[in-house]
Amino acid sequence: MTSTIRVRATSNGDITEVQALVQHPMDSGFVKDAKGEIIPPHFIQQLTFEYDGKAVFVADWGAAVSKDPYVKFSFKGAKKGDDLKIGWVDNKGATDTTTAKIQ
Amino acid sequence: MKHSVRNLIAAGLIAGATPACAASEADFKTAYAAAEAAEKEAGALRNQWTTTEAALTAAKKAAEAGQFDQAVASSKEAEALAKASIFQATSEKQRWKDLEIR
Amino acid sequence: MIMRLAISFVSAALVLAALAAQPAIAADTPNPVADAKAFQKFFTNKFPQLKPEDFANGPYSMNEDLHRQWEEKEQFPPYEFALETGKQMFATPFKNGKTYGDCFPNQGIGIRQDYPYFDEREGKVITLELALNRCREANGELPFSYVKDEMASLTAYMAFTSRGKPFDIKIPDDPRALEAYQKGKEYFYTRRGQLNFSCATCHVQEPGERIRAEILAPALGILNAMPIYRSEWSGMGTISRRFTTCNSQIRGVPLSPQDEEYRDLEYYLSYVSNGLPISGPGARP
Repeated sequence: MTSTIRVRATSNGDITEVQALVQHPMDSGFVKDAKGEIIPPHFIQQLTFEYDGKAVFVADWGAAVSKDPYVKFSFKGAKKGDDLKIGWVDNKGATDTTTAKIQ
Repeated sequence: MKHSVRNLIAAGLIAGATPACAASEADFKTAYAAAEAAEKEAGALRNQWTTTEAALTAAKKAAEAGQFDQAVASSKEAEALAKASIFQATSEKQRWKDLEIR
Repeated sequence: MIMRLAISFVSAALVLAALAAQPAIAADTPNPVADAKAFQKFFTNKFPQLKPEDFANGPYSMNEDLHRQWEEKEQFPPYEFALETGKQMFATPFKNGKTYGDCFPNQGIGIRQDYPYFDEREGKVITLELALNRCREANGELPFSYVKDEMASLTAYMAFTSRGKPFDIKIPDDPRALEAYQKGKEYFYTRRGQLNFSCATCHVQEPGERIRAEILAPALGILNAMPIYRSEWSGMGTISRRFTTCNSQIRGVPLSPQDEEYRDLEYYLSYVSNGLPISGPGARP
């Protein structure tokens, strides 16, 4: 299976700009399906970006974030060619991680 | 004499009141059949309205619950909507050209 | 003086006669070439600042704020997952060993701009979605739903391989083809549903204007971006999905996807966008 995470990290001198797209249903638990039954909550609780063993961006998410969420941020101190580690955990305990090279 | 006049008035009251306060199942069936026929005609013209369908469903539901007044009212609404959609489909056979870019 | 007047009178009458004679012929027989020209001219006149290819990007070309959002979004488009799934599906053989590519010219790559086409053997319009399901059935697989994810993924990939190629819809010299085109045009302009809207009410009269929070797309180039990821749907949708939801939004009972009316409509709408590049898969608010 392909990764649920797409990342693009580009270094622009001092600043590294990161964009990520995560494939996840992000069901809030307040929506009903066609049969009128509640779709149980299923959403990412934490999304982490790690650089050099240190978290540079942590998102604590809940039911209010939309499906297939998109994140963009930038941080200082990384170099081209370095690794950026990305991972998420959802409320059912499922996880996914991936590593991207900073370009 | 006096007696028969009173009876007549009573009969008149009942006759006048009956259709307004209690539609029968037969009334519903007639009204529903008319609505269904009109909606079928709209279907043949490929132009049914969602609101007609909703009124038909509401009529059926009311009839199942024994509320025939409501059932007849919804059937009549459905019939009126279906007839409007038939009118629309028929008049548009020519009128669609009004907006055409030439 | 009187002589001059008489001459100009005569010549005016001649011009009038000529004018009267021409439309009489043109009005009866459909003229797709003239239609497409008038159609494209209508939109380029309405939006003189746009280049023809901008129309394929719909509402994003109509509003500056939306355009900026779109440029940002295109760096990481929401249809990416569908595109990848479609690519994998396209490459995966059926149980009998054949692939989707075997059903199409050029193995299905870069051919989106040729669909829908008129099949002279069958006498009907064949859309890409229909051809894909026929391909599945011919190879012993169950057909996909026309509106949902798998079909959107497949068409997303096929559109992607055809990006930039101009729509090239042909109307063969066959009266049935011309009839299908004409029927599609009639469907496009016919008001329906309780709200009494035609396709043209929104997409010819009001492109660039708001309908609630959305900006209406122009009819020109509206199919070039299909299939689309719609944020409103939080998912992908095919042309079939767009047509059926348009119908229910105006309180009309939608027809079944790929019914003849919808195929003819797609044929007409694609034809009048001939020359505009395929930009699908697209993203819409």
